[in-house]
Amino acid sequence: MTPTVVLPVMIGGLYAAGVYLLLDRSLTRVLLGFLLLGNATNLLVLSTGGPAGSAPILGYSEPEGFNDPLPQALILTAIVITFGVAAFLLAMIHRSWRLARNEAVGTDEEDRRVAARRALDADELDPDELAPDDRAAGHADSLHGDVEELADDIDLPAGSGSR
Amino acid sequence: MLVLLLLHLIAGVLAPVLVQWWGRQAFLVLALVPAAAFGWVLSRLGPVLAGEDVRETVPWIPALQLDVALRLDALALAFAAVVTGVGALVLVYCARYFAPGEEGTGRFAGCLTAFAGSMLGLVVADDLFLLYVFWELTTVFSFLLIGGSGRRLAARRAASQALVLTTAGGLAMLVGLILIGQASGSFLLSEVVADPGSGPATTAGTALVLAGAVTKSALVPFHFWLPAAMEAPTPVSAYLHAAAMVKAGVYLVARLAPGLADVPGWRPVVLGLGVATMLVGGYRALRQKDLKLLLAFGTVSQLGFLVALVGAGSRELAAAGLAMTLAHALFKSTLFLTVGVIDHATGTRDLRRLSGLGRRLPLLAAIGTAAAASMAGLPPLLGFVGKEAAFTALLDGGLADRTAALVVLTGLVAGSVLTAAYTARFVWGAFARKPGVEDTELEHPPEPLFLAAPAVLALTGLLLGPASPLLDPLVGAYADTLPLLAPEVEHLALWHGWQPALALSALTIVGGAALFAVRGAVTRLQRRLAVGASADEGYWNVVQGVDRLSVLVTGTTQRGSLPAYLGTILVVVLALPGTLLLTRAPWPGEWRAWDTPVQAVVGVVVVTAAALTLRIRQRLSAVLVVGVTGYGIAVVFALQGAPDLALTQFLVETLTLVVFVLVLRKLPKDISERHRPRERAVRGVIAVAVGAFMAAVGAVALSARTATPVSAAWPGPAYDFGGGKNVVNVTLVDIRAWDTLGEISLLVVAATGVASLVFLRRRTGGVDRVDRAQLAQGRERARRAPRDRWLAATATLDPARRSVVLEVVTRILFHTIVVFSLYLLFSGHNEPGGGFAGGLVAGLALVLRYLAGGRYELGEAAPVAPGLLLGGGLLFAGGTGVAGLALGEDVLQTAILEATLPVLGDVKLVTSLFFDIGVYLIVVGLVLDVLRSLGAELDRQEDQEDEIELSPGEVVLR
Repeated sequence: MTPTVVLPVMIGGLYAAGVYLLLDRSLTRVLLGFLLLGNATNLLVLSTGGPAGSAPILGYSEPEGFNDPLPQALILTAIVITFGVAAFLLAMIHRSWRLARNEAVGTDEEDRRVAARRALDADELDPDELAPDDRAAGHADSLHGDVEELADDIDLPAGSGSR
Repeated sequence: MLVLLLLHLIAGVLAPVLVQWWGRQAFLVLALVPAAAFGWVLSRLGPVLAGEDVRETVPWIPALQLDVALRLDALALAFAAVVTGVGALVLVYCARYFAPGEEGTGRFAGCLTAFAGSMLGLVVADDLFLLYVFWELTTVFSFLLIGGSGRRLAARRAASQALVLTTAGGLAMLVGLILIGQASGSFLLSEVVADPGSGPATTAGTALVLAGAVTKSALVPFHFWLPAAMEAPTPVSAYLHAAAMVKAGVYLVARLAPGLADVPGWRPVVLGLGVATMLVGGYRALRQKDLKLLLAFGTVSQLGFLVALVGAGSRELAAAGLAMTLAHALFKSTLFLTVGVIDHATGTRDLRRLSGLGRRLPLLAAIGTAAAASMAGLPPLLGFVGKEAAFTALLDGGLADRTAALVVLTGLVAGSVLTAAYTARFVWGAFARKPGVEDTELEHPPEPLFLAAPAVLALTGLLLGPASPLLDPLVGAYADTLPLLAPEVEHLALWHGWQPALALSALTIVGGAALFAVRGAVTRLQRRLAVGASADEGYWNVVQGVDRLSVLVTGTTQRGSLPAYLGTILVVVLALPGTLLLTRAPWPGEWRAWDTPVQAVVGVVVVTAAALTLRIRQRLSAVLVVGVTGYGIAVVFALQGAPDLALTQFLVETLTLVVFVLVLRKLPKDISERHRPRERAVRGVIAVAVGAFMAAVGAVALSARTATPVSAAWPGPAYDFGGGKNVVNVTLVDIRAWDTLGEISLLVVAATGVASLVFLRRRTGGVDRVDRAQLAQGRERARRAPRDRWLAATATLDPARRSVVLEVVTRILFHTIVVFSLYLLFSGHNEPGGGFAGGLVAGLALVLRYLAGGRYELGEAAPVAPGLLLGGGLLFAGGTGVAGLALGEDVLQTAILEATLPVLGDVKLVTSLFFDIGVYLIVVGLVLDVLRSLGAELDRQEDQEDEIELSPGEVVLR
């Protein structure tokens, strides 16, 4: 099928503007970018349906002239879902503003802490660095120097067979 | 067999309840399950020895050709008897090991019973994948049992170490099993062993399977997890880490040896690691002060011995190996249980502090000593029979390569010397009276039932020595599957006459006694030879290295900036699919300018508006400009031949504008700039590149399209089967109704999310209705305001905020709009419209009421909780699908009912209408929820000055 010039230019323009806004730190602009991306994607899906045609409703025109109904069905639900998700993002913006007087995505301090982390959890430490009680049984038994020697003469119990 | 496995499962699930009811006595009941299995296994002895394998096959996942294939042959029977018999006795032992009412006993009982079932399943599984499943189940239960309550650091570390090692081995084994199965053409163990195939795949698969066996059976260099696992309670050590789980590796080697022993690499690995493990384990056992650790290293040593025997691939060594396996299970679990009794009675396992126990607990000493004698290989016990059979086999044949046989024999004799030495150390340490050490006081003298399990096990070992010829048929039935190298079959017996093997046995005893006699010197020597490095250290270094690496990688990649992450993703999109697009894509050969010139005009408007949004810093203006692009797109939809889309897009765009205005009025007017010029430039470059990329993708995808669209054939069936003329609507409610069902579910989630974000401290289901008194008060206040009541609750509004024109318009239009929305819903099947459009129109009617009359007006207009609409709609839509199923049709299939009614005339009812009604309800619910949250609740928060009050220590998480 032959593509038009107009639709790809519109798609490209909307995507470019949407991505630019999406990369902002202000949540409002992120949301606007999200809306633009939604429109752009709907248009992209529509353009895959081929050239313009008549409405896919029987009785108005012949089925041969129909515009592809499948992308239309996909876009229709996508439009409503975009609304639902946009409302959700809007609610997030409002909550962020109400609780913290801030509607920008700042740097995640937790991420930074992880990045700066040097220490390890106790569960991953080298056993040598643990308290003796916490070491696994049998660890480095060759190195313990605190053996008290026992006398060598033995007094085995009666009936023992291993001599 | 399947019944027995299910019985274990049920018992495992019920165990916590039983323990709650009956306390520790529940173990006695639980013990009946493995005991029953033991009885059944023994009852099959006759048929199995006669050469009739017991088989059961139940289809499991037919699509993957997975069956629950179970098979009981001689080898499986020997192992199953050990697993069930020792399991039952250990459970009996548990009934006295735990204090009454001890915390965590129920969990422990469940895990231990379930483990017994998994282990039984492992040895009777005939399907390779089933074997793997049981294999990993034993790993998981072992992890849970070692870790215990998870409160002790050492136990946690030991548990995770065992899990990491055995699971890594298990995964390697899975790959190996698949390779072997592919090479041999069957995934049944019995068929694989009979005809294993050959070639590099079999060799690699065998090596990987051996990796699984080596880790599970704690062979060098992975032996260290077993002593560490002694953190677990003693019954666990006795069962899992002596009799059962660690024997899984031995079982696997024994199982595969008849088929795979001649695969290159098998014998060097099995014999080399086996002998090395035997020596290392024995050497380290000699310096342990903890009786349990001494036994643990002894177990490591014995496992090496067993693997070397059963893996050698000859009849005589396999027979010796199987006999030795039985012997080991008997004596080692007895010894562990003995240590448990000592620990329980005296509170210590340190052999430097124990003294004189032999005289205080003579029965226990007799039991322990009998088992120890079997371990050391003293006649007349079963251990002696097994060990002597091994020596005889190696002297007479056993291995085709005589040099190898000699080397292995030397190693095994040396290992047996060490075994005898640490056995002596154990008996001395546990029971002897030591000079200079006070006799140990008994805090809890053991009850008879506590001693029953070790006594029975020790007695069995004692009796089976002289009675070893009785074992011969069983051992022989398995061993005969392997080639005989010696001139003639040597049967199991206590006395074979004066032979070289007897001399070797004597040598091991004497050597062991000598080593024990000079133990002071041995200790000093070991200290002198001690090296800083060990496999355990190596493991922790690797773990720590991986951990450091992961921290490094996380720190490098996780910068904490959302734009940076998003930018990275986009750059990857550009770099990979983008490059492909530039180099490989079939570019369109011809272009059209437009579909219609109007399209181009709209295009200019839309792109201009999109560009403007980047410059505008005022919130509301930016929203309006984005709205312009939305309306423009709606025009494009209409031009393209999609009236439904155009309608929906117009409605949604309007709704979006309203909702944005509702929220943005609470935010500052302007958006502040937070980005440096350089950041903006980078964003611009990425944005333009992504835009160009997506435009090109669209054009290339369209021009590359040659196949007829799937939807080309839809219009006819849409009317014939779907009963509608509007193909798009029929697509939504019939052809692709599953998609729609998923999508409306998403709407429900989004609406719920909105509400839960706005209602900060409660999720209210209530509706703001007008209070009569409040209304009267409002009327009083509004004396100078318009008297006429056009709407139900406008009187609650501040007169300054009221608009009479809007009230009148709303009053006139509201019902009309609602009726129109219903019209759209019902006509949507044949004309533009449908549930989505109808719901949006109804939603807009509610918006009008809210804007004209405030939050109470909304409550009056729709006195119903949105959650009810959402849930009801979803139930309706889903119920339609189920109804179709109930009538014997497919889910969501449409039925067309036609009838002629009085007054109404011909009526055609299409059942998918009900699905559309569900969609309608959900969309109305969504709009209502959004209005209530972002409109009414925000108003309320303002009216009632419901600011967030933070207490001093409270932190708000964004």
